[in-house]
Amino acid sequence: MKLTLRVWRQKNADAEGAMSTYEVDGISSDMSFLEMLDTLNEELILEGEDPVAFDHDCREGICGACSLVINGDAHGPERTTTCQLHMRSFADGDTIDIEPWRASAFPVIKDLVVDRSALDRIIQAGGYITAPTGAAPEAHAAPVPKPDADFAFEHAECIGCGACVAACPNGAAMLFTSAKVNHLNVLPQGAPERETRVLDMVAQMDEEGFGGCTLTGECATACPKGIPLVSITGMNREWLRAVRKGKR
Amino acid sequence: MARTVWDSTVGKKTVMAVSGIVMLLYLVAHVIGNLKIFFGAAEFNHYGHWLRTVGEPFMHYEWTLWLVRIVLVVAVVAHAVSAYQLSRRDIKARPSTYVHKKPRASYATRTMRWGGIILGLFIVWHVLDLTTGTVHSGGFQEGHPYQNVVDTFSTWYGNVIYIAAMLALGLHIRHGFWSAAQTLGVGSRTRDRALKTVANVLALLLTAGFIAVPVGVMTGVVS
Ligand code: HEM
Ligand code: SF4
Ligand code: FES
Repeated sequence: MKLTLRVWRQKNADAEGAMSTYEVDGISSDMSFLEMLDTLNEELILEGEDPVAFDHDCREGICGACSLVINGDAHGPERTTTCQLHMRSFADGDTIDIEPWRASAFPVIKDLVVDRSALDRIIQAGGYITAPTGAAPEAHAAPVPKPDADFAFEHAECIGCGACVAACPNGAAMLFTSAKVNHLNVLPQGAPERETRVLDMVAQMDEEGFGGCTLTGECATACPKGIPLVSITGMNREWLRAVRKGKR
Repeated sequence: MARTVWDSTVGKKTVMAVSGIVMLLYLVAHVIGNLKIFFGAAEFNHYGHWLRTVGEPFMHYEWTLWLVRIVLVVAVVAHAVSAYQLSRRDIKARPSTYVHKKPRASYATRTMRWGGIILGLFIVWHVLDLTTGTVHSGGFQEGHPYQNVVDTFSTWYGNVIYIAAMLALGLHIRHGFWSAAQTLGVGSRTRDRALKTVANVLALLLTAGFIAVPVGVMTGVVS
């Protein structure tokens, strides 16, 4: 495959960025999107140019590091992570636009790499449980009804990639935060911090400069892990419950 | 607690949902009242007078009406201020758009914002036209709402403003009602279909009910 890539290039956080155009040839449809970018970078290095910086780690769709907006879609046209997107989703001769996540809370560090530590700070604000460390506890000590376990697991699938923020016209982190709140709040292990968790995480989310939810639903469409829009409703319910209980 | 609510995006959205529902309940009562115009001047004007005597002898003349007006003003102001503050925050949170644009992304948000602005302007015009009579076309008569309504809808601009605003209202309620259910945490996977249906039916009935009046005057059914 021969492709034209238009890539966001930005030297550092303070520099002005712009789209640059590159041609790549010899791309196999079995390559992943990141392997295609590796091919481009090898050529750039041979030509003595600065390779395109992009985030990646596991390349298995589980770590949440990869983060590209491809032709206007966070993680591209398929419901998966950028690393699990394959070039067979594109056609020979295509022009592909590649941009970084866009949100005030996600400043660009270089090229396609953004700083997502705002999401880490939301986790630090309440995305944990209080439990003794050491050997794993006896599995049957805290019984969890099957539907609750399934619900928690569905939300635990969130890999913190931030595609929901990138896709949201308001740069809101509601889907991410709701995934974490729902995951822990439904479990007996999460019960002691049930109210403070949701209050603190929402407060931190606001503090980081993310926007509010207008229930547009772009987040859930972009999410590679299928976290549903109704998770946000669930978080709102938890938040109102915590406020009513007067925990802040 | 009030501070927690007002300082939070989730809380401010709750204010929008509650004030929106207060206005929605009022609109349901309002549309039913309006439709009495099809039963003649006597019945409509009598209804207009009754609005001022509701609650007597417990309430004094017009007390109930003023109570409703105060609640509505509080609701409109709370709703508009929250909408403004949240919208400003949302725009700030996403300053640079993508070079590769997708128009669909902000459809609901845009219709809510523009629709809201249209409704806000309409509410001001509507009060000045039919409540105070300040901008009324041709001699406004206190206590003769039937004639006042006929006058308004005998002008082309009265019809245009009113019908445009009611279409905006329909779209606003369509997304707003379902949205409020999510904000208040009463939405769920199993209820989603029902909530969307109720939102559509409410939007349709209110829009059709309100628009029936100018159409009635235009076609001469009401004169
Ligand atoms: C002063 C005029 C109005 C303005 C400026 C306005 C503006 C807005 C905006 C911008 C939103 C979306 C907010 C968001 O999604 O974050 C909204 C939502 C809403 N509006 Fe209005 N609106 C107005 C009048 C009305 C009226 C007359 C009703 C009564 C039916 C209404 C009912 C609602 C409801 C129920 C919501 C949903 C709240 C939620 O999502 O939780 N609005 N409004
Ligand atoms: S909710 Fe989905 S899109 Fe958002 S951070 Fe989690 S996995 Fe990524
Ligand atoms: S690189 Fe780990 S999820 Fe894509």
